[in-house]
Amino acid sequence: MQPVLALSGVTHRYGKTLALDGVDLAVPAGCMAGLIGPDGVGKSTLLALAAGVTRLQSGTVQALGGDMADRQWRRQAGGRIAYMPQGLGRNLYPTLSIAENLDFFGRLFGQGAAERAERIDELLAATGLLPFAARPAGKLSGGMKQKLGICAALIHDPDLVILDEPTTGIDPLSRRQFWELMARLRERRPSMSVIVATAYMEEAERFDWLAAMNAGKVLATGTPAEIRAQAGEATLERAFVALLPEAERGRAEPLPELPRVTHDGAPAIEATGLTRRFGDFVAVDHVNFRIERGEIFGFLGSNGSGKSTTMKMLTGLLPASEGEAKLFGAKLDGDDMATRKRVGYMSQAFSLYAELTVRQNLVLHAQLFEIPDVAARVAEMEARFDLAGVAEMRPEALPLGIRQRLQLAVAVIHKPEILILDEPTSGVDPVARDGFWRTLIELSRQDGVTIFLSTHFMNEAERCDRISLMHAGKVLAIGTPEALKRERGMDTLEEVFIAVLEEAGMGREEGRAELKERPTALAPVRRFDAGRLWAYTRREALEIVRDPARLAFALIGPMLLLFTFGYGISFDVENLPYAAFDQDRSAQSRQVLESFEGSRYFETHAPIASIEELDTRLKSGELKLAIEIPPGFGRDLLRDRQPEIGVWLDGSMPFRAETTRGYVQGIAQSYLADAQERTTGTASPSAPFTLEPRYRFNQAFKSVNAMVPNVIMLMLVLIPAIMSALGVVKEKETGSITNFQSTPVTKLEFLVGKQLPYVAIAFVSFLTMVVAARLVFEVPVKGSFATLAFGSLVYVFATTAFGLLVSSFVKSQVAAIFATAIIAIIPAVNFSGLLTPVSSLSGGARLMGLAFPSAWYQQVSVGAFTKGLGLASLWPDIAMVFALALVFIAGAMLALRKQGA
Amino acid sequence: MLDGLLARLARIWRLGIKELYSLKADPVLAGLILYTFTVAVYTVSVGAKFEVENAAVAVVDEDQSALSRRLGDALLQPFFKAPVPISAREIDAAMDAGRYVFVLSIPPKFEHDLIAGRQPTLQLDIDATAMSQAGNGAAYIQNILVQEVAAAMGGSATSPVNVVIRPKFNANLTSAWFTAVMQVINNVTMLAVILSGAALIREREHGTIEHLLVMPVTPIEIMLAKIWANGLVIVVAATLSLLIVVEWLLGVPVQGSVTLFVASMLVYQFSVTALGILVATVSTSMAQFGLIVMPALIVMNLLSGSTTPMESMPVWLQNVMQLSPSTHFVALAQAVLYRGAGLSVIWPDLLALAAIGAAFFALAALRFRKALQSAG
Repeated sequence: MQPVLALSGVTHRYGKTLALDGVDLAVPAGCMAGLIGPDGVGKSTLLALAAGVTRLQSGTVQALGGDMADRQWRRQAGGRIAYMPQGLGRNLYPTLSIAENLDFFGRLFGQGAAERAERIDELLAATGLLPFAARPAGKLSGGMKQKLGICAALIHDPDLVILDEPTTGIDPLSRRQFWELMARLRERRPSMSVIVATAYMEEAERFDWLAAMNAGKVLATGTPAEIRAQAGEATLERAFVALLPEAERGRAEPLPELPRVTHDGAPAIEATGLTRRFGDFVAVDHVNFRIERGEIFGFLGSNGSGKSTTMKMLTGLLPASEGEAKLFGAKLDGDDMATRKRVGYMSQAFSLYAELTVRQNLVLHAQLFEIPDVAARVAEMEARFDLAGVAEMRPEALPLGIRQRLQLAVAVIHKPEILILDEPTSGVDPVARDGFWRTLIELSRQDGVTIFLSTHFMNEAERCDRISLMHAGKVLAIGTPEALKRERGMDTLEEVFIAVLEEAGMGREEGRAELKERPTALAPVRRFDAGRLWAYTRREALEIVRDPARLAFALIGPMLLLFTFGYGISFDVENLPYAAFDQDRSAQSRQVLESFEGSRYFETHAPIASIEELDTRLKSGELKLAIEIPPGFGRDLLRDRQPEIGVWLDGSMPFRAETTRGYVQGIAQSYLADAQERTTGTASPSAPFTLEPRYRFNQAFKSVNAMVPNVIMLMLVLIPAIMSALGVVKEKETGSITNFQSTPVTKLEFLVGKQLPYVAIAFVSFLTMVVAARLVFEVPVKGSFATLAFGSLVYVFATTAFGLLVSSFVKSQVAAIFATAIIAIIPAVNFSGLLTPVSSLSGGARLMGLAFPSAWYQQVSVGAFTKGLGLASLWPDIAMVFALALVFIAGAMLALRKQGA
Repeated sequence: MLDGLLARLARIWRLGIKELYSLKADPVLAGLILYTFTVAVYTVSVGAKFEVENAAVAVVDEDQSALSRRLGDALLQPFFKAPVPISAREIDAAMDAGRYVFVLSIPPKFEHDLIAGRQPTLQLDIDATAMSQAGNGAAYIQNILVQEVAAAMGGSATSPVNVVIRPKFNANLTSAWFTAVMQVINNVTMLAVILSGAALIREREHGTIEHLLVMPVTPIEIMLAKIWANGLVIVVAATLSLLIVVEWLLGVPVQGSVTLFVASMLVYQFSVTALGILVATVSTSMAQFGLIVMPALIVMNLLSGSTTPMESMPVWLQNVMQLSPSTHFVALAQAVLYRGAGLSVIWPDLLALAAIGAAFFALAALRFRKALQSAG
């Protein structure tokens, strides 16, 4: 029988790190196949290559009988493979409901409305999620997220399902339900092949076929029984260790059993009626417990049961809504620095600085805790937690197990008396977990540290002095593992756990509906499918609608700025503060000054008394203009000696100074005419000719008329671009980009699909601004509105495309915001005709202006608003905007990778 | 007491060093900072000028006399491009297409009527959508025409009074001098707000802030560390930009004390980075942050007096803009760098900067924990 997945000579590197080392593997079809092995051995890389989401570096990968290096085949295979990446619900959209998430996936595979509805109902009924169909994915418990993930994977009846550590980080009950569900789904379609990576050996025992991996190589393949036989061990866990090279087997001796040392005094932690509410939701509901000094206290419970919230309250990160917590008998005060030094905390997600090296992280924390000899303590921590070899590396390059060791090292660097550890071993392989526990036991028994930790591993719970079981914000049982088992007459803690949780009502959502076999009609995957594009449009739009604040900012922001700028940006220079330095004080000098006083352009300030004062007042910026009339001005004027009037301008703002100079010249001329009339008694001979200026398109020569179309230009580039700039990069950061990589959706469908909602929002924004321009500023569209609307639509298409271009290039949302703001603001403000006409730009500025759509659209906006133009004159500009839009989209398609590295 | 203060300062110092490491680890950010303070400053200053330069002019000469030709020839470089002769019928189409900013029409028999003292009329069509050039350009043209006609008529235009206009601080009114420095300031604002705000949101999203808050570190220390570290990078970059790009490459003579300017920039940094942090604490996601920051930056860019004159804004808006630190810093920078003013002149603006910064900082500190809880 042909294998469903065949690899030969596959080697894969991330920089210098070798992830896969010449792997040859053939996974049989139609069965449940498992990849087992510790963290960082290449399981995820292998699965990502199989799903086609990672680019093959060398060797060949054949999935479903075709070559995954072949783009055509990948597209076809994408419709038959389902891939669920590592991490709880990483490919789901948290603000979308369960039904909306599934609807999105259905659309990606080109299913019609009726087919989608039927499949969604069926899958939700089978998984028991039907009653929760309207709940947002982000608000689901871990187990429910996992079920939703599997529904999303199975919506298109795939032939090959690839699951990367689907049960990591979820509680035992949910895990059991998950495997029952998988078994039922496989019964329905026995032809379906499933490949699962897992670190749980007891799960792997139930698989049909296994491949054991270590250090980028396959150690052994076969049925679990064959692998056990090969190693000559009774359990898979032991067999795996036996297969490892000698040096890597870890310390085989069992964990030390050190006696607990009892301490006197108040309990280390005491919670009384501790409660935390988020709105209506009660996350932690009147919880009581006492943890003695030096005790290892385990916190078990379903995902979302309030364990993390309780821990955050004990660290002071979250204030309690009700009840109180005491540390060492004193009421907890989150702001008390002395208390913080006594507590070490490790959060569930990795929360150290990824941009600092291991050593820099350790040093920073040692310094912040004011440890006397930083270097010595850091060296000690590196030795104790076996970090010396990776001290110069950044945490993101390290396997999870080592990262968790680093987090623990950081948490204990200041020798705390209490350690609060939130799922410290989630996703860590068994060998690494044992090492971790060795340290915890030492800390507790030798150093007397109180340890409060949460876990989903029952063998870890067995190692705790006492445990408590939590569900839905309440502590359901508390006691030593032995006592809890005895009370219920059960052999294992896992049975106790499941029993307690089932009594509390968890797992009732489990559905029993049968799934029917349906003929798989495999239509070839089309090159372009409007349905897939629409799937992304709908998804993006739903996400925007779920965040009304963002939508409001997007529409209100431009309006607000239109008002501010419409009234605010003005080239009409008025109210210039000036003062006179009149050294003559004659009737003639007063006449000169009177002509300035009467002008609306000038605003008279107190007269100047000395030449030094003139200088200082100009320097301070109080005056923009100073008029100096010399002594004897009146006398000289009467004697026709052509006296001089000195006018000093503040040249620090050249535009204003230039305009002021024009005003002064005008006033001087009219003064002279008046003076002549006064002296001669006759009107001055009229000027030889008159110049009749006609301010076209803006007869009143008011800034607002010119400003409004420009502000619209500015708003329609900045706001849409900043919105769409997060479109792609956000999916990269959250991980949902794998949906794009593993399904048949194309780059164009993905990009344009995401773009359309932003185009629509920007167009609505355009319409509101046009209405405001008409009603508030009385700036009507003199030309063709249809042309303006069409041009604006093309323009916002281009500006959102620009945002997507930036988004496709950058790796983080910070960089996206930063790059969009900086790259867009400069040409939009300076080189697009807002401040300087494009016809007077020169050099690099002109090129930058013309390479950006704003300069072209400015012609359209100004032309349609003030010049009364229509399509006949404006089409070349609109065509250029469109051409730039195509360039941006093409650039984004080049930058966007359908496969990761 | 003193020990506590020293320990506090030490923590702020160490957290700030961490910020510098983070910045160093992100080459995209570093590249963008470099771009803004070099290429962006240079192209804007050299390329986008406010003065009437190379304005496109056309002349409709229906007189075809010696005088009319002389008037056309008087519109000279560098203010105007060589005038293009067009016919009266072409005026509308040419103006619509934005080909010319000015069209001068000389009527038939202009010279004849002029000599006969019939006071003929010249017509000047101005594209008033080009706000920055239309007004000043028209004034230029008027002056040139008056002088040319006077000279041609042989009459001396001696006036009884000699009005001498002397622009101080920038004798030739070169706009690049103004634009270059203002561009540096605008970029300082832009970078400071985005860098500090986005860095805080990133720390929140990655959970590292939460991690800091279980250590003996207060929100105020975290904020101060961000302010000094990001501020330092930007102040250094801006100072280098001022000395290398503005003074040396663009040849702008800086009259006042660069030291005083840089010292004031430190105070300004404090207020704008505090603003960035404040915006970060009121937005729940990076998307919201972007949407709030973008309009805020544009307002600070265009309405602080660094682009258009403050005096021409309505009084209410001038008052509102007093709340923006950029308004005070622009006023201060113009006084120090162009007019050579000293501390005795600029202290009120400096005080306002510090006060506004302190207010932003206090608000951000109030919001800090709250934002963490609502986002978490």
